[in-house]
Amino acid sequence: MSQKRSFQFGTGLFILLGFAALGFLATQTTSLANYTEGATYNVVGHFTNIGQLKLRAPVKIAGVRIGSVKAITLTPDKLDAIVTLGIDKRYVQIPDDSAAAIFTSGLLGDQYVGIQPGGSPDMLKEGDQFVLTQNAMQLEELIGKFLVGNDSPKKDAAAKPAADSADKPASQPNK
Amino acid sequence: MSAKPQRFAPLSDSIAQIGACTLFLFSILAAVPRSLLKPRLLIQQIYFIGAMSLVIIMTCGLFVGMVLGLQSYNALSTFGATEKVSTLLALSLFRELGPVITVLLFAGRAGTSITAEIGLMRATDQLAAMEMMAVDPMSYVIAPRFLAGVISMPLLASVFNMMGILGGFLVTVSWLGVDSGTFWSNMTDSVALGKDILNGVAKAFAFGIVSTLIAVYQGYTTPATSEGVAYATTRTVVFSSIAILAIDFLMTAFLL
Repeated sequence: MSQKRSFQFGTGLFILLGFAALGFLATQTTSLANYTEGATYNVVGHFTNIGQLKLRAPVKIAGVRIGSVKAITLTPDKLDAIVTLGIDKRYVQIPDDSAAAIFTSGLLGDQYVGIQPGGSPDMLKEGDQFVLTQNAMQLEELIGKFLVGNDSPKKDAAAKPAADSADKPASQPNK
Repeated sequence: MSAKPQRFAPLSDSIAQIGACTLFLFSILAAVPRSLLKPRLLIQQIYFIGAMSLVIIMTCGLFVGMVLGLQSYNALSTFGATEKVSTLLALSLFRELGPVITVLLFAGRAGTSITAEIGLMRATDQLAAMEMMAVDPMSYVIAPRFLAGVISMPLLASVFNMMGILGGFLVTVSWLGVDSGTFWSNMTDSVALGKDILNGVAKAFAFGIVSTLIAVYQGYTTPATSEGVAYATTRTVVFSSIAILAIDFLMTAFLL
């Protein structure tokens, strides 16, 4: 009888542990884990280009995560992107003239929204909009600008060797 | 004179074995409803097959996660991408290593004991005695073990995955100094519930069916000698491993 009981106990324990492990995997290691944030308030930013910004991308101030991207939509008339940021209720003291910019973590990493605090005495509230926004830096655009910007001022230098023109952008900022 | 048929025997034998194994699966499935009338037998088998395998599964999962963390940290540090170590760890565990290593351990730990137990029942005529007493060995001996294996495998694989993640966390975060927030956020960013975790569970389920089926089949059809039981036990491990790695390739090709 007691042996039968211990079978049942061991089996029950095993099944519970198995499902607990499955639950751990499903909730803690997947994107579901990001839903379990505390209470948030939403602020909105308009961008003309959001690059590869994704839903649930982090929102950071001074590199510290304070929330995530809740929604990305398009205004039908002006055709710019509306990014809704869910910011943790703990961080309510963000001046309403702060600027939102889309940055890339590392050279090729994921994109996130960085907020540069302003100096206004009024704080951002639910539904507010960022006045200043800075678009995502597009690597292709930047390279394109370098190539075009290098060629256009001195068309006569087009015959120069390729290695020479490749050195130009690097040396220009030093002047 | 008998050299020729013998040389061709392995191929036709293995085809016949696959066929007999499939038929055996159908007769197990037919016996499953009757075996569910005796839930105590099933619980006892889940205890022996699943709960008793926990120690080996948890230990091995921890070490596999630790090794994986160490190796991928070393490889990724050449690119300065050590923050991606948790992505590599989680995806390789959930998609491949978790189900496959679990079922290989499972075949070694539980499959062999199933084969040896049923094989000895066959060798000592216990199965024949049951049939004489109008007790169906399929629903009292085979089906509970089969069901217990099929139920246990996904749970064991989940435990293995969890321990692997914890082992990797221990090595990369506590010892090698990867940021703990980066570890979890990179993992949560890249792991999908359906594509990675549930596919892994589906794999574990399929592997559970295959390896337990091979184990009970080998035990049930063993020659009634001690040598026969020994061979049957060996064949369980060999056939399970081959079948599982082959099925793993097929399932990966379909699920990816």
